[in-house]
Amino acid sequence: MAPWSEETIKVAGTALVLVKGGAGKPLLMFHDELGYPGWMQWNEALAKEQTLLIPLQPGFGKTPKLDWIRSYRDLGGFYAMVLREMKLDPIDVIGFSAGGFIAAEMAAADPEMFSRMVLVAPMGLKPTEGEIRDIFPLTIRSYLRSTVADPTTAEFGKIYGGEMTPEQFEAFEDARTETARIGWEPYMHNPSLGYLLQGVKNLPTLLVRGQKDAIVPKGCITAYQQAIAGAKVAEIPDAGHRPEIENSAEFVRVVKTCLAS
Amino acid sequence: MKIGYFTERPYRWVPEEAVFNNHAFFAVSNKYFDREKAADDYNYYLDEACYAEEMGFDAIALNEHHGTPFCMGGVMNVEAAILARLTKKVKIVLIGNPLPVIKHPLRMAEELAEIDLISRGRLVTGWVRGAGSEQFFNNANPAYNREMFNEAHDFILQAWTKPGPWRYEGKHFHYRHVNPWALPYQKPHPPIWIPGVLSPETVQWCAEHRYPYIGLGTAIGPTCDLWDIYADVAAKQGYQAGPENFGYLIPTFVAETEEKAQELGRGFIYGGGQTAFSRPEHTLPPGYNSKSAIRMLAKQPGGSWLGVSQDKLQQARGAEQAEDAEYDEIRRKLVNSYQKAQKGLQIIVGSPKTVIPKIKTMLQVLRPGIFTFFHIQGPVSNADRLTSIRLMAQEVVPAIRAYAKELDLPDPYERTPGEVRAYAGARRLPVVDREPLTSLGLV
Repeated sequence: MAPWSEETIKVAGTALVLVKGGAGKPLLMFHDELGYPGWMQWNEALAKEQTLLIPLQPGFGKTPKLDWIRSYRDLGGFYAMVLREMKLDPIDVIGFSAGGFIAAEMAAADPEMFSRMVLVAPMGLKPTEGEIRDIFPLTIRSYLRSTVADPTTAEFGKIYGGEMTPEQFEAFEDARTETARIGWEPYMHNPSLGYLLQGVKNLPTLLVRGQKDAIVPKGCITAYQQAIAGAKVAEIPDAGHRPEIENSAEFVRVVKTCLAS
Repeated sequence: MKIGYFTERPYRWVPEEAVFNNHAFFAVSNKYFDREKAADDYNYYLDEACYAEEMGFDAIALNEHHGTPFCMGGVMNVEAAILARLTKKVKIVLIGNPLPVIKHPLRMAEELAEIDLISRGRLVTGWVRGAGSEQFFNNANPAYNREMFNEAHDFILQAWTKPGPWRYEGKHFHYRHVNPWALPYQKPHPPIWIPGVLSPETVQWCAEHRYPYIGLGTAIGPTCDLWDIYADVAAKQGYQAGPENFGYLIPTFVAETEEKAQELGRGFIYGGGQTAFSRPEHTLPPGYNSKSAIRMLAKQPGGSWLGVSQDKLQQARGAEQAEDAEYDEIRRKLVNSYQKAQKGLQIIVGSPKTVIPKIKTMLQVLRPGIFTFFHIQGPVSNADRLTSIRLMAQEVVPAIRAYAKELDLPDPYERTPGEVRAYAGARRLPVVDREPLTSLGLV
């Protein structure tokens, strides 16, 4: 039996598709700009102690697109409604890349929504140095390749190996389209987010970064550190933009440490 | 029939190798831009348009692209405004202004009204969504491309026809004070012709609005299919589509001899020609295409759609420097594609004697009321360009005008698009004649 299940919940005015797995205190996970890639080793490891709740972003193929959502701030507002209606707050949260952007917007609006926050290679702030790589003028293959430091990473092959099926191609295009729709300009960041995050106090926050990340520069992590008082940083060696699959053991260790604090 | 002259106004001085190394025209570095040469050429192309008028063309067509030596018309309305003053009789046909890319429909309404006023009612305004690469150049969100196109179109028509001042709060555009003090010379507004490259959604939209659809060098077989879609939609709208609803534009070059035409005609494949307009990742930005178009693309492994195959899309492309031997190989392949394109009637090159029957075949198959010559690309000299225009005008145009009369191909000025009623229950009349395609092996 699969260690996870997928269900559709009528919430916040839509039919939200939610992947759920594990046991224990809930952990909300926001997937990245290309969508939920599937249940990986790191999910399995964290699911031993917590129940992972993974909403599939509206417009990414399963949860219907919500036209009124026109920015990551709107999307954060939508997920806040979801948490309130499901009486899940306060909750631990982990967000990956653009998923980190969502979590940061929610924390900025209401820091008490979360009990702990882990942002992995988060977009959302203009980097103090460098640029968030523009993923839109890239083919899917080029983008995927640039997300990992080593393309022979076993789980990278598991997710993206082999020929792309028409269904996968369409799912990628759905994700790219929705990401462009809400994150095109300013590109994958919100100029006011950093100021609002300065109001976030007493939210244990961990910023995780693969040392060889070619998508989100170190300057984004610095910007988050400057904005969120007390945010800690974990640098994962031998990993690019996807430390959770490139160095899963170290990733799980630092995340578990934060969530157990 | 209305017969038009069109050129992309290519920047003719970029080294071909720079285009090859970039794998496309879009995004070739502007370090190759020579201001003196460009100044000469902007003036030359205006003179060339005036010459086309003198030679008897009915229309001068202009277009707009950004960030590419493929086309120097970065701000087409500037050229259109100058031609409005310089020319006397020709229609000035814009094919077209990229509304979602410009993102300012009120300004567009004003600019076009001024052009129409200066020309005393000779403007034909066409609007497009803008190529994929244009979305990147102008930072226009591709996921809202069609929405913005539709909203800008509706807004401009209102700005031209609804007395102001009034306020506008739309989805993508917002104006406190709409009251343009330049309204088009033509009432209620200039004719609207919509150019396209085979998007079924655009064809349907045109038919619903009774706008002529101009196929931009589209393959002749699929063009027939799309024009059937147009005619089917038209029938549902209660009218019979005819030549007045269709236009066609085709790359054409004419020289005194076949040999010279074939040699210079290779300008159409310079740097890779139209298929090298932009790289795949720039051609299909996220959300630019409809869901159904993406599904069609996803299900055609190795196949081609709008010139972009799925294989090509998945290729990671760098800007590596190619070797001389590779340039030779690229050129050899391009020459093959040049010959193939001529066989498929995608490029028409020759002396007047060989060009005329090919164009007649197109007219017979597609039955357009508007026919436009898309003139040579690449580093062809001014003198050779002017000779080609003269030969088109003096020898080719009279022959096709006579043939259009024989085929009864009225243009939108002779018969208003949508004026022929379709009667409920009656079968719609054919709008194309596919018969010659079989004998030409183009089915």
